[in-house]
Amino acid sequence: MTLTTVGTFDATIPWRLSDQVSLRDEAFGALAYHHGNRRLVFLKSRELVALVRALDSFESVDDAIAALLAPALGEKYVKALSSLASSEIICER
Amino acid sequence: MSAESLRDRFEHGLSSPICLTWELTYACNLACSHCLSSSGRRDPRELSTSEAKALIDEIAAMQIFYINIGGGEPMIRRDFFELIEHAVAQKVGVKFSTNGTRIDEGAARRLAGIDYLDIQISIDGADAATSDRVRGIGSYDQARRAMDNLKAAEFGPFKISVVMTRDSIEQLDRFEELAAHYGAELRLTRLRPSGRGADVWEALHPTLAQNRRLYQWLLERPNVLTGDSFFHLSALGSPLEGLNLCGAGRVVCLIDPVGEVYACPFVIHDEFKAGNVRDGGFRSVWTSSELFRSLREPGNPGACASCGSYDACRGGCMAAKFFTGLEMSDPDPECVFGHGEAALAAKKVSIRPSPSPDHSRRIPVTITSR
Repeated sequence: MTLTTVGTFDATIPWRLSDQVSLRDEAFGALAYHHGNRRLVFLKSRELVALVRALDSFESVDDAIAALLAPALGEKYVKALSSLASSEIICER
Repeated sequence: MSAESLRDRFEHGLSSPICLTWELTYACNLACSHCLSSSGRRDPRELSTSEAKALIDEIAAMQIFYINIGGGEPMIRRDFFELIEHAVAQKVGVKFSTNGTRIDEGAARRLAGIDYLDIQISIDGADAATSDRVRGIGSYDQARRAMDNLKAAEFGPFKISVVMTRDSIEQLDRFEELAAHYGAELRLTRLRPSGRGADVWEALHPTLAQNRRLYQWLLERPNVLTGDSFFHLSALGSPLEGLNLCGAGRVVCLIDPVGEVYACPFVIHDEFKAGNVRDGGFRSVWTSSELFRSLREPGNPGACASCGSYDACRGGCMAAKFFTGLEMSDPDPECVFGHGEAALAAKKVSIRPSPSPDHSRRIPVTITSR
């Protein structure tokens, strides 16, 4: 099942959290810091944090979203992941 | 969640700091007139190598993303490389501030081989005459030599760090050219009346007109780094790059060479001391200190309550108020609308606190080129 493709972000392929990223849980979600590009990124919900951590166990973003989230939320989270991909917090596997 | 409420969350504090500043030593071979930490002489109680490594281990366990190392001159510590290599090996990024005097060709090559490392070389003018007035004769040339060595060693984009004084602020375009010459990033920070800076602040802090020009200049150059220094200027209009809040005790803090934890690098004073890492480690200070808890309470707008820009500047910098003798409920002494100047003028007797620990050398130093 393919939900969406945002920009150049391809949700049909496998992704994972970058090795260069430290992800730290906070009350509002998490903070992610990319040691290579020195970007600090806010993950503004716990659902997004859980999704990012789970990416590695699924064959595509679409599969991960289908397994973890209500269908209505899919588009929103593909957008959020697309933004994390553009700051290199997550990368293709 | 909106950006506004995220900032509110930050004001309530985080599980760990985003970063922390760690002054490795009070020893310094320069004697800059505005030194925030009144450095000069080593303190005999400074953390040992094993204590420093244990602290780095705790920083790594708390997932603090990076540490800003300063001093004093951090490269004076014999275990400097050992400590920064210990940090980056555990994915704790290191950004260190240096006067550059110890970055010879060999040191530059070694630094270039370390990942997750940023270097900030300090100058306080775009020419030797301007910079040396603050940092001492010969300091500018030595800093330039360090930059040359880093460039030759292909370190990559290091940072050129400049405190904005009444003189240096007139040279913004020249700093930009200098950074471009080295492929470096430019970092501008605010002159604070902290440490020895208290003695020169009145004469050297930028005028209102200069601050307004700086704001415009920064607004047009989002790539110039500021360490969130100038959030008090955001009252002029669109916010500058950064979180635009006082992070003291909420998202940042300072550890001094003897392990004392202060709310931020600009308040090395008993009043802002939260504890010592030697008493049960850093984590307990961060999570349990009474001072930090109170800093995470909603701020009191005080005299700024009726100002339409309070949301933009949040009353400005705690350290700038404290060391100019203002109350926390007063406006920032450099309030862009002049309310701080008025508050200062209204103080009949000026009682300004002195910095608590003073490691200044008693004899002024001059350094000469090697």
